[in-house]
Amino acid sequence: MEDEQSFSDICGGRLALQRRFYSPSCLEFCLSCPRITLRSLTAVTCTVWLAAYGLFTLCENTMILSAAIFITLLGLLGYLHFVKIDHETLLIIDSLGIQMTSSYASGKESTTFIEMGQVNDVVINEAIYMQKVIYYLCILLKDPVEPHGISQVVPLFQSAKPRLDCLIEVYRSCQDILAHQKATSTSPEGGDKIISASNRRSHSGMGAYWHRQEDKSEQDHDPASRIGHSV
Amino acid sequence: MGLVSRGAAEAGRGAASAVDRPGPPDAVPNPTPTPPAEGADPGSSRSPGMVLKAFFPTCCASADSGLLVGRWVPEQSSAVVLAVVHFPFIPIQVKELLAQVQQASQVGVTVLGTWCHRRQEPEESLGHFLEGLGAIFSHRPWFQLCRERGSKSWSCKATHWQGPASPAASGEDQVMLIFYDQRKVLLSQLHPPTALPDRQAGDTTASAGGLAAVFDTVARSEALFQSDRFDEGPVRLSHWQSEGMEASILVELAKWAAGPVCLFLACLLSLISAASACRVFKLWPLSFIWSKLSTCEQLRHRLEQLTLIFSTRKAESPAQLMRKANMLVSVLLDVALGLMLLSWLHRKDLIGQLADALIPVADRVAEELQHLLQWLMGAPAGLKMNRALDQVLGRFFLYHIHLWISYIHLMSPFIERILWHVGLSACLGLTVALSILSDIIALLTFHIYCFYVYGARLYCLKIHGLSSLWRLFRGKKWNVLRQRVDSCSYDLDQLRLLVVAVQGLIHLLVDLINSLPLYSLGLRLCRPYRLAAGVKFRVLEHETGRPLRLLMQINPLPYSRVVHTYRLPTCGCHPKHSWGSLCRKLFFGELIYPWRQRGNKQD
Repeated sequence: MEDEQSFSDICGGRLALQRRFYSPSCLEFCLSCPRITLRSLTAVTCTVWLAAYGLFTLCENTMILSAAIFITLLGLLGYLHFVKIDHETLLIIDSLGIQMTSSYASGKESTTFIEMGQVNDVVINEAIYMQKVIYYLCILLKDPVEPHGISQVVPLFQSAKPRLDCLIEVYRSCQDILAHQKATSTSPEGGDKIISASNRRSHSGMGAYWHRQEDKSEQDHDPASRIGHSV
Repeated sequence: MGLVSRGAAEAGRGAASAVDRPGPPDAVPNPTPTPPAEGADPGSSRSPGMVLKAFFPTCCASADSGLLVGRWVPEQSSAVVLAVVHFPFIPIQVKELLAQVQQASQVGVTVLGTWCHRRQEPEESLGHFLEGLGAIFSHRPWFQLCRERGSKSWSCKATHWQGPASPAASGEDQVMLIFYDQRKVLLSQLHPPTALPDRQAGDTTASAGGLAAVFDTVARSEALFQSDRFDEGPVRLSHWQSEGMEASILVELAKWAAGPVCLFLACLLSLISAASACRVFKLWPLSFIWSKLSTCEQLRHRLEQLTLIFSTRKAESPAQLMRKANMLVSVLLDVALGLMLLSWLHRKDLIGQLADALIPVADRVAEELQHLLQWLMGAPAGLKMNRALDQVLGRFFLYHIHLWISYIHLMSPFIERILWHVGLSACLGLTVALSILSDIIALLTFHIYCFYVYGARLYCLKIHGLSSLWRLFRGKKWNVLRQRVDSCSYDLDQLRLLVVAVQGLIHLLVDLINSLPLYSLGLRLCRPYRLAAGVKFRVLEHETGRPLRLLMQINPLPYSRVVHTYRLPTCGCHPKHSWGSLCRKLFFGELIYPWRQRGNKQD
């Protein structure tokens, strides 16, 4: 089962969120970033070549022109292979774990997999980024030493940077699966996770985070009213 | 989605009954989780609605029907299938084989269930027969995997059969199939993510997780994969090696020859190290010189490495094996590069040309230096503050240069022969040749190094003075006596700085060649599945009503982590100069000691 929705990122570019529902325990989200436009490519190429031509008129050395072409090609290839991300995918499998894949414009894919045993929770955090306040989705990892503590925060969708409405969609589905996983898991601490919600204030970094829902009926409320402000 | 409230969870745990209460036969994992009170039993590790994971090797996906053999991991509720036993078989012999494998490998291998690969219409008798096997091999849960020939539809069931007393009270669970490549998982070595700096390494092993258990199980069950289909054993198995055991003639020959060769070379090396450790070399002038020359340091380092490689003790852990392999490849590459350099030098007769060019160049350099010093001694702006100091330092430096030129002229008849013998040392490796080059530069430019020391000390004093003046100025006092640093002094500095920088660079290059793990990088390039950072999953074609199928692939380790994990130790501690600190020292005027070896007593 697959559906597609259109959102926007923090700068106003268009994003497409594709959700694939394989089974009640397996879900995949694919967020596609805005593509590289012909206009920006032409602008960069023209700038580089004009600069090279200017240098050529000063130095009268034809190597500069061929060097400029070389630099443009290599730079474009390097940008497509190492910098420009085409789409980011989040795959959640109930008892296995969470996998994040970033696919670059040249086709290269870089994958990280986090086992479910290390995942504490998935939350939305607020952060101050330059002159803006943005929201981002992140995974909280368990601390091996302290059972209810957090050892690391792994942010998701860092290149796409979607806005809050898109994040809420992903967050809801993740919480469905995590709740199902915790209820059917064999660990005795499954029921105690609710107590630790308040312990996480000290680990969330900047700003507020979302409280997990203890009652299904609260889901229908306006999302804005549920933001809690921490210290 | 709502969560169970805390009170209900505690009540549920407290009221858990001892007998397993079965869920409905066609249990679908409903999104609203049921409270753990129903059917939760601290003895058995499952609750209704839980999804079991079955790791299935891709090589067995086209095998004939038979029994599934593997290991059940209850903590992860996952079954790792290692092989398929084909019909016909005698149950007693299968149990004997499994007991043998269990003893040899310390892995709890059992019969997990049945595998059915239908070629034509499903036969009723086969179905009943397969279910009857569940009574002979008692394992809970009992897996029944089934695949239709020619299509991609699989079906799997996992039943918890309670026994003949209550045949109806059997529960079924959903199964998730994860395919893995048995050969790659067997050969791969999992590298857990680096621990945070404030944690000890021992803490992370406890949370190693389910995937490490899967890798471990497959790697330790080598005893099960020893027989292939050409063997005439009582039991016929299907696994990754069942088409024929993998082996290589060259590897076998190398293993057979390695014993005597290692013994011989180890004796030879122990003789050499005993000779070098004898008392003659410990006398004061010699020991001082040996400790300062980088050539001796490099030779000693190489001797240690060769002793380690050719030691007759086997490597205890994969990390040690990797280190030995890295050292061997690094030594071989070094020697190969050195021989290439030697052949190039001899072909072009560069040594003769170098020897001929050396004297005129040295004369020219000395002449330029003398001109410069004369100009500095006479000029109003310069290195010194007053005339007397001016003259003293200038004459001092001029005398140095005179001594040096005499020394060069004295050595001139012997230079070619010395260079030729030095060139021969490239047979021992490129690093040795570079070290000798560095030592020659050091000896030839010793006077420049002295100038550098004097100049750097004075420069350092000047910088200190300036900084204190700057502080005074910020305290709102105007100081008329401002010292100006003359641009002319940089010309002399440039030469000194150049020489010292070149020496520093050569040292860093030698360090880099010494510590780069070439074998690990080659392995990462050619066989990326051997060094695994983790795994990645891909969802295969899925139809509603069928079980979820995933493909598990190995995620290779990034190059930066390969270098970081397998970097060879150079003399046991980090190099004294990194590239950044070299630049910083040059800029601020701190002294660089090109002859200071690591591990010696500091200044």
